[in-house]
Amino acid sequence: MKEQLESLRNEALEQVNSAEDLKSLQDLRVKYLGKKGPITEVLRGMGKLSKEERPVIGQLANEVREAIESAIKDKQEHLELEKIKAQLAEESIDVTLPGRPVQSANHHPLTAVIEEIEDLFIGLGFSIAEGPEVENDYYNFEALNLPKDHPARDMQDSFYITEEILLRTHTSPNQARVMEAHKGKGPVKIICPGKVYRRDTDDATHSHQFMQIEGLYVDKNVRLSDLKGILTVFAKEMFGEDRQIRLRPSYFPFTEPSVEMDISCFHCSGSGCSVCKKTGWIEILGAGMVHPHVLEMSGFDPKVYTGFAFGMGPERIAMLKYGINDIRHFYNNDVRFLKQFKRA
Amino acid sequence: MLVSYNWLKDYVDLSGVSPEELADKITKAGIEVEHVHKLGEGIKDVVVGYVKSCSQHPNADKLNVCQVDLGSEEAQIVCGAPNVAAGQKVAVAKVGAVLPGNFKIKKAKLRGEVSEGMICSLEELGIDGKLVPKEYQNGIYVFGDDAVVGEDALPYLNLDDYVLELDILPNSAHCLNMIGVAYEVAAILNRSVNLPDPAVEEDQTLAEQKIKVSVEAADAAPYYGARVIENIRIEPSPRWMQNRLIAAGIRPINNIVDITNYVLLEYGQPLHAFDYDHLGSKQILVRYAQDNEQMTTLDDEERTLQSSDLVITNGKQPVALAGVMGGADSEIADETQTVLLEAAVFDALSVRRTSSRLQLRTDASQRYEKGIDRNRVVPAANRAAALMQSIAGAKVLKGIVEQGEREVAPHTIDMPWTKINDVLGTTLEADEIASLLQRLNFNANIAGEMLHVEVPPRRPDVTIPEDIVEEAGRIYGYDHVPATLPEGESTRGKLTSYQKKRRMVQRYFEGIGLYQAVTYSLTTKEKAQQLTIQAQSEDQLVELSMPMSEERSTLRMSIVPELLDVVRYHMNRQIPNLKLYEIGKVFTAKQKPLTDLPLETEHAAGALTGLENIQSWEGRQQPVDFYSVKGILEGLFEKLGVLDNVKFTPAERDLLHPGRTADISLNGSAIGYLGQLHPSVQKEKDLNDTYVFEINLQALLEENVPETTYRDLPRYPSVTRDIALVVDESVQAGDLHDIIREAGGSLLIDIKLFDVYQGEHLEEGKKSLAFSLQYLDPNKTLTDKEVNKVHENILNACQERAGAVLRN
Ligand SMILES: [Zn+2]
Repeated sequence: MKEQLESLRNEALEQVNSAEDLKSLQDLRVKYLGKKGPITEVLRGMGKLSKEERPVIGQLANEVREAIESAIKDKQEHLELEKIKAQLAEESIDVTLPGRPVQSANHHPLTAVIEEIEDLFIGLGFSIAEGPEVENDYYNFEALNLPKDHPARDMQDSFYITEEILLRTHTSPNQARVMEAHKGKGPVKIICPGKVYRRDTDDATHSHQFMQIEGLYVDKNVRLSDLKGILTVFAKEMFGEDRQIRLRPSYFPFTEPSVEMDISCFHCSGSGCSVCKKTGWIEILGAGMVHPHVLEMSGFDPKVYTGFAFGMGPERIAMLKYGINDIRHFYNNDVRFLKQFKRA
Repeated sequence: MLVSYNWLKDYVDLSGVSPEELADKITKAGIEVEHVHKLGEGIKDVVVGYVKSCSQHPNADKLNVCQVDLGSEEAQIVCGAPNVAAGQKVAVAKVGAVLPGNFKIKKAKLRGEVSEGMICSLEELGIDGKLVPKEYQNGIYVFGDDAVVGEDALPYLNLDDYVLELDILPNSAHCLNMIGVAYEVAAILNRSVNLPDPAVEEDQTLAEQKIKVSVEAADAAPYYGARVIENIRIEPSPRWMQNRLIAAGIRPINNIVDITNYVLLEYGQPLHAFDYDHLGSKQILVRYAQDNEQMTTLDDEERTLQSSDLVITNGKQPVALAGVMGGADSEIADETQTVLLEAAVFDALSVRRTSSRLQLRTDASQRYEKGIDRNRVVPAANRAAALMQSIAGAKVLKGIVEQGEREVAPHTIDMPWTKINDVLGTTLEADEIASLLQRLNFNANIAGEMLHVEVPPRRPDVTIPEDIVEEAGRIYGYDHVPATLPEGESTRGKLTSYQKKRRMVQRYFEGIGLYQAVTYSLTTKEKAQQLTIQAQSEDQLVELSMPMSEERSTLRMSIVPELLDVVRYHMNRQIPNLKLYEIGKVFTAKQKPLTDLPLETEHAAGALTGLENIQSWEGRQQPVDFYSVKGILEGLFEKLGVLDNVKFTPAERDLLHPGRTADISLNGSAIGYLGQLHPSVQKEKDLNDTYVFEINLQALLEENVPETTYRDLPRYPSVTRDIALVVDESVQAGDLHDIIREAGGSLLIDIKLFDVYQGEHLEEGKKSLAFSLQYLDPNKTLTDKEVNKVHENILNACQERAGAVLRN
């Protein structure tokens, strides 16, 4: 009986070792350790044994059972590991293949520039005022100190619909509208972005339709130095911390004094290059102190209130910022152009 | 305005200030110098030569062989100019010389004769052909006796000069003349101005015996003065004057015309010289024209006048358009002996009206329009008379025959001097302010708090205290103005709720792959009316009164037609996949002709064509279709909180596919459409399947939407039941959806259509729609019985109202 158990052990261990999958292992478990298995049988036949032999054989039978159990367990773990390995190998992919593209587009570059400027001025306490694109001659010109027959009207050849109604040539008419709505009481702090129209033949530098952003600040004791301060903040935010600004006297009918603002060239830092036409400075916008006639016509007392106004072209700013050389790109809407402003 | 640097030196000491530095200073003080032109640029080694002999070339009819003395040497030069002759002093480009355009002169043989240099015409020396005097237009230039043989020829021709090109804006008209520029430059450099001294030696004969002046329209001609000048010899003006006129961009004509132009440039006072003997009378009458009165101007154009045109007449016929142009009949000619010189002041507006109506802009009209210095009219007349005397050997008759005041008093401005600091943000002292203004030759005095300024009449642009602030500020220099931040009350800057929502809409479209386009608002009359949300009549079009082209003549009423042009642009460039949106205004007239501003409405529109997805290596290709666009819009409506109030209904619209178009309404009112372009339109425009939408964004964003409020998460489980219904294929899914929603009551919380089937196993003309219905009672767990009851209601309603049968 002892020999019988020993050979049983050897036979079982050999078979467990050579089992190739979990299924045959399970069969072996049933075969050797099951209720009808040989070990159970040995244990059942123990009654025939002598008193002395019984514990010896019993212990041996248990040892054999444990040995087989443990061998099966080890083998099982081993086979499971093998199975997972095989699965992983089968599931491997080329991780260098491109991902499935996600669709996302972006702002038109002009919208991007306008939004950036809007946010900058919102941070400075300004609101955004929008107005009609078709305007009364009164708001577009007269309320801005440009009576009929004023020579400066030549500077802005306009699209008229009737004698009194035209496409706005700038967004300033909205400043007059907002001031009127304030009924002579400041402060007024607005910027007015929007489309404007002038009788220009479209070419690389002209467009009959373009964007403008005008700003207005009317309050008691507003000074030209405040304009200089605000514009300095603007220049640094838009074109870099190192920018300096310069104000040059100029002429606009709606401001007095009037200035042009130049910024130090961001391309050559002032040493002179093609971007700044070798001057070290780039013309960015026109500005000035609101003309007393304009304040008065919009219901503000010029003895009590002063203000500044400025106006700039988002196209020009975008062209400078991104190095775009033809204004028509903005209105062609070539998607190969639009796509370049993903980060804008 | 072209300003000669050499000429300017007559009035202001420019020592130590180069032309470039001067240009920079003028620009910084407020008048932009657009260019500094260096005359004689690129010219080397051109000298004065003396033509000792000149004989015909043996082998060429039109060439001459000249022996030319160049001072230190002699050269044989072959010259083709018809006016070359022995005894002339000429400009010679020597062998080794360079002419404009990097044209190098080499020793050459012309038809067998050696030529060692070139005798130059003015054009060959870089002078614009339009400015070359008539006598030198077809040949070489000839110097006077004063030119020294062998010397550099350029200074004789003022080709060592610099010309500053000033951009004159309406407020800087005072710099449309040399004296004005001199005042400006003197103020900038803080130097003094030396004016010419126009003293005339008058003859004993009185001018008033020759001419009578009367002015009927004193409002438009506040001063009219005439001098009579006799014994004129018409000939070319001297070289110095020709040189200066050429530098200023004016072609020399003859001494008399040149003098009037020269004084115009110098004083800014337009003068007109009439041929006295051709005036047709001995009187000048200034009056308004009669309607349809005719006259021929100097340019030989027949002009039809109006009663608003001011004219100079001989008592009967017009002889000049006041301040604009003289008449052809009394033009200065070679035979002219006696000149009537007009020096007058005309009203700016009157000149402007006439010159712009006739589209006749002249040097004179330009200056009258922008305002002249009233007090310079008599000095200018005297300056011209003196020049005629010295240059043309003329006799100036005694006196100026005139009507009106010669001079006006300076305009005075009184203001607190501190206003300058208050507006500029500077801390100037009173005496500093006064001295800044005195640099401009303004008489400025401080008395206590007040500043008193006398503004000379040459500065009609300076009228109010703010103008004084500007003058003081610009001479002080804005570089010296500090940068400060406003000290007033602070305000809260923010976007309006509309602006916030609009930004959200932009980001939504872009987030799902639609690029933002910006197209033109002006379009053709035809396109303006296409694909509008609501039917529009022609009366609602907003049309320009004078469009630049038919292409941009009318304001758009919809955006989609413009986007279709963009789609076509891409098709032409083999870019078949495109997704675009645009937000912009459309315009509708409230009446015609327009008396009120048109209605402006903000729309959002889109155009999509090609693939829905971006193609990748997997090869998945999902084309854009109706439902991709509808999904985009539903997503938008959901984001704006209005999806439940929006309805899509089948529609037929011009240019769109009749079976693939839906109208969109919000709470029952039309707010847009979506659809595929009609196949025939696609074919005509050479487009692939293209889907478009246009919605009234303004209505959508202005819709009142309740604030977001949190709802408790369900504490009880929901029950989901699927239901597949077989209906006639004509039944719309949306109708069935509505029936289910209505019949489902409050327990039905969600309806999802998850399958649409037609074909095998189904009767012909039938389709099956499968919905997944979710039921929930927020207060308790639903029992099967309760769900069954509602579910049956739904089934019954579908049977009754849509003929639906449960699919087994
Ligand atoms: Zn630069």
